[in-house]
This record gives sequence, structure tokens and C-alpha cells, in this order.
Amino acid sequence: MKAAVIVFPGSNCDRDCAVAVERSTGAKVEMVWHKDTVLPDGLDLIVLPGGFSYGDYLRCGAMAALSPVMKEVVAAAGRGVATVGICNGFQILCEAGLLPGALLRNEGLKYVCKPVSLDVTNAQTRFTAGYQGRREVVMTIGNGEGNFFADAETLARIEGEGQVAFRYKENPNGSVADIAGIVNDAGNIIGLMPHPDRSFEAELGSADGAILFQSALASA
Amino acid sequence: MKATVHVFLKPGVLDVQGKAVESALHGLGWADVKDARVGRVITFDVGGTDKTAAEAEVRAMCEKLLANTVIESYRIEVA
Repeated sequence: MKAAVIVFPGSNCDRDCAVAVERSTGAKVEMVWHKDTVLPDGLDLIVLPGGFSYGDYLRCGAMAALSPVMKEVVAAAGRGVATVGICNGFQILCEAGLLPGALLRNEGLKYVCKPVSLDVTNAQTRFTAGYQGRREVVMTIGNGEGNFFADAETLARIEGEGQVAFRYKENPNGSVADIAGIVNDAGNIIGLMPHPDRSFEAELGSADGAILFQSALASA
Repeated sequence: MKATVHVFLKPGVLDVQGKAVESALHGLGWADVKDARVGRVITFDVGGTDKTAAEAEVRAMCEKLLANTVIESYRIEVA
């Protein structure tokens, strides 16, 4: 199994993601610089990590979405490669048009950093299959712009198609319909604000995040 | 030609910065202030002399980068 973590200038969870994927799944992880124009061959998983790519200039994720490597990420995701965007990675996927909706400033205007309980809304996606039989998991969030927004029509579509993967038990940031993570319509791309990379072993307070990486690769 | 692009969150999209500014203005005594919105102004030289062509270029820039049309609307001035 082979995974790539994309490193943008200002990413700060890239190492966390690499360690989390390696320890959770045993996959070999390569770091890919955002200016690279090719991805490693035979990738089973691509991770866009959290952080503050390009200093959040213009809008969170807007600049990173136009990085040279993103053309390759879009192409690989289009071929069905499992793609996970965490926090800033989620913002980048939305800005790149790979996921519907957008992330707004938190309703309380505060940066929120704490463990949160999540409802596994759909345990049949390729990223959540390992949570079968579990409705509640714990992961850590850390964001100032994690307030998921989609217009009424888009929201009705993603709800109707079962694209909501995770919901907050207690909404920390004003996200519409308590949405914490969504998948694309093809089901091979997930974006979520909570960090599975900060919750992949018991020593971190929760090992629930490991299951997401394991599920992604189990179906690769 | 000089382009000025105004970008604001769409009506109906909660502007929490606008709300905070509004509440601060209320606190300073301007009790009648309402509907405060915080946006962004981007200015640049777009070259050329044809206003219509320049406006079309700037609109394309807005759609591609300067605004996220999922949540934001924009207004263009070219002079």
C-alpha cells in the first residue's frame, strides 16, 4: 500500500499525517511538494494535510487549490484514488471544486481547538466502513474557519445522496446541519474538519482516526 | 487600466465579522447601525485600453480565483 501526503507552504500537519497513516495502516508514505508535477506511481491514498497553506491568503485553501500538484491530485481523484482532505485539506478540496460547499469563519469568531464527539452519519462510505456498528467517535478539531456552508439546494443533494459522513454531536462552529465531514458523489474523496491524524492512537486520547485511514486503504 | 474588485459574502451567508463590527459600533453608541458587512477590495492594473475586454478578463479572474462564488459575490470597476 502506498500513500502520498501533499506538502504546501504553510502545511503544519504533514508530518502528523505521514506518521498517522504509517502507524495506522503500515502503508509506505511519500511526501510530495506542492510544486511537483507528478505523483508517485501506484498511489492508493492521497492526503491533503491541515495547516495554513499560503498563510490563508485571499481565502483558506484558495492558493493551494491552484498549486501545480493539484492538477495531478484532481486527475488521480478522477481515476478513483482515495483522497482525504483534513482541515485545511478540506478547505483546499472545496476550493478546488472536488467537494461541494465552502468553509466560513467560525460562528463564534474563535479558533476552536478541542476533542469533539462525532456521529458517524454514513458508515457505508469507503472512509467510514470500519466504523460499522459504532455511532459515536472522538477526534480533535483545531480551526478558525471550519464552519461548513452549502446552499439549500446543494445541502439537500448531499444529504439525499448520503454524502454526509460525520456530524458534530455538539456543533462547535456553526456548520450547517452540524456537518463535520462529507464525501464526493463518487465516494472516493472525503473532506473533514476534525483531525484523524491527531486521533490515531490511544496515547493521543482517541484512536478513532486510525479507522478512517484503515478503511480508505482496505477498499483500495 | 485600473481594476477594482469588491468581494463580499453573499446576502444570506452569515457574515460573522460584519456582526462583530456591528455590535462594536452599537457599543460605541451608534445604535442605529445595521446590516454591517465586511468584505475585501482587490485593486490591480489589468493593462490594455479596451474597457469591455478588460471587464471580461477581470470577471474571469473573479470566477477562477478572486471570489469563491459558492459563498461570495463580486462587483467589478474598470477605469
